Amino acid sequence: MELSIGKALNAGLRAAMENDPKVLLLGEDIGRLGGVFRVTDGLQKDFGDQRVMDTPLAESAIVGASVGLAYRGFRPVVEIQFDGFVYPAYDQIVSQVARLRFRSEGAVAMPIVIRIPYGGGIGAVEHHSESPEAQFVMTPGLTVVSPSNPHDAFWMIQQAIASDDPVVFLEPKQRYWDTGEVGDEPGLGLHESRVVRDGDGVTVVGYGPVVKTCLAAADESDVPLEVVDLRSLSPLDLGPVYESVRRTGRVVVVHEAARTLGLGAELATRITQECFYSLEAPVQRVTGYDLPYPPCRVEHDHLPSVERILDAVAVTGEF
Amino acid sequence: MGLPISQTLAPDGELVAAHDFTTDDLRAFHRDLVLARRIDTEAFALQRHGELGLWPPMLGQEAAQIGSGRALAPDDFVFPSYREHAVAWCRGLDPALLLAIFRGTSLGGWDPADHNIALPAIIIGAQTLHAVGYGIGLTLEGKEDAVVAYFGDGATSQGDTNEAFAWAASYNAPVVFFCQNNHYAISVPLERQTRVPIAQRADGFGFEGVRVDGNDVLAVHQVTSEALAKARAGGGPTLIEAITYRMGAHTTSDDPSRYRDAHEAESWAERDPLLRLRSLLERTDPGFADFDAEVQAEAEELGEHLRQVCGELPDPDLAELFEHVYDQIPPELVAQREEVRSWS
Repeated sequence: MELSIGKALNAGLRAAMENDPKVLLLGEDIGRLGGVFRVTDGLQKDFGDQRVMDTPLAESAIVGASVGLAYRGFRPVVEIQFDGFVYPAYDQIVSQVARLRFRSEGAVAMPIVIRIPYGGGIGAVEHHSESPEAQFVMTPGLTVVSPSNPHDAFWMIQQAIASDDPVVFLEPKQRYWDTGEVGDEPGLGLHESRVVRDGDGVTVVGYGPVVKTCLAAADESDVPLEVVDLRSLSPLDLGPVYESVRRTGRVVVVHEAARTLGLGAELATRITQECFYSLEAPVQRVTGYDLPYPPCRVEHDHLPSVERILDAVAVTGEF
Repeated sequence: MGLPISQTLAPDGELVAAHDFTTDDLRAFHRDLVLARRIDTEAFALQRHGELGLWPPMLGQEAAQIGSGRALAPDDFVFPSYREHAVAWCRGLDPALLLAIFRGTSLGGWDPADHNIALPAIIIGAQTLHAVGYGIGLTLEGKEDAVVAYFGDGATSQGDTNEAFAWAASYNAPVVFFCQNNHYAISVPLERQTRVPIAQRADGFGFEGVRVDGNDVLAVHQVTSEALAKARAGGGPTLIEAITYRMGAHTTSDDPSRYRDAHEAESWAERDPLLRLRSLLERTDPGFADFDAEVQAEAEELGEHLRQVCGELPDPDLAELFEHVYDQIPPELVAQREEVRSWS
């Protein structure tokens, strides 16, 4: 079945709601409008306004009310309309959602999925292109994942909803319209990373929106690139990365988020600790710059591009 | 300013309104008030002896908590803040669990479903939203139960609390917002939080606000019972402002003499919630002296018990805590857990 990422998410949400009557959708404009990206299109019509709830415009309340619903045994799936709007809900996510299992010594589960269309590249105004993943990855108790293709979008959203842990589900919004085949089986668990392109020259690690960019770089590269899609940012599954780096000796990490203390910093550290004797060059990073997200007319200079990835690949060859 | 303040029992112990409580009810209130105060004063003393790292004293707020807590039905659910020691008592929670939080051996390790009371929220106002979500859940399930969110006057300045009011009204959620207006958010007085009586704010959100003398256990019980009945019957939320006073510090770490006039506390001491019920019972219940002697003995035993269990609270095993971060422990945490074990 050929679907776009947006349509695959819609189909995945539908399947999860059909499978479990405790699954509820909450968010701004997700009902009659079907969400500003139409990811929830048609779901309210089919499941009713008690299972697909258009909420008052209040992000902290969307997540905070979900905590109460989870206490009551529901499985809320909330939509934060844009990445930059998640910060009003940040306190509820990190101070409440992430901790209640720990505080109750396992008695309380918070099976809440927080869907966030994230990242840049769509020519949007301020607060509509952020990459806040590191702020959630550094919070124990949260799971953070990001699909990069329609197959993963369809299956990972269902796996996230089925998880008894809270999941920050980052949807690469500039890829919503990319189409691809959706298979009949998930193939991988929610927290498994995957080599998406074999190559023995340099390992390129990315997730979410940049996976496509990394693959495009591999198409153009003179050096064979092995591309790893992390899929899960917390917890990380670095086995395939280590295995690849032990063969290639060179690695480039790619993400849209700002560089300092971004996920690339963690990856570089862990790769260095695990693969020190295999490394032929220091780990290179291709990231957004340490800027607030810039005006969109220059976002393509800010975001990782094929050229910047190829340049980093070349740098790893200089050692 | 508009809303009247409900009162049944005046500070001097005179009845100023009719009530339906039996002598046994009044005795039960008296027992609860005395024992709850004992939990609080014992914990305060334990902190002063270095057994607890911190304690947020409840002294003066017993009637607000017992009156409302005893109005709850077993299937109602409570979302407390960190000062609801007497509400926890009403829910049947072992006071040792509260001591553990402030001794630092636990973060509140109970199953909320066991006693229908959530883990306390320390972030101000956060729990009001949880109560609304729980209430929406009750409505979706067609249940005729209610949920109570406890918070203080300071919390009414928080965005979350105001979002909770808006949502509860919008969804007609069966939530009773129970504000203990104890007049101070640590050191900042009520006047810095609001220009109108707290209960009056409910009107702007589209539901009823009521004011009650928070040191009058009978009036508090009555208004809370009415609000709960309304919620269960589909009448939506109510904001109760229980006007009371925190006689002690915000926590054992602060010094109220820096921000409060001593005369103010003295004037509130005259409105002590225990003394006014005692005064009524002494006048109207011939057997009260004997009953009170039993209650005082019970309080002594409770105090002794708390002193003992406090010292026996076990430190948690740090390595075991790794089990409770996620449903399935991820490999990285397995490695870190082993690192912890390697040091023990």
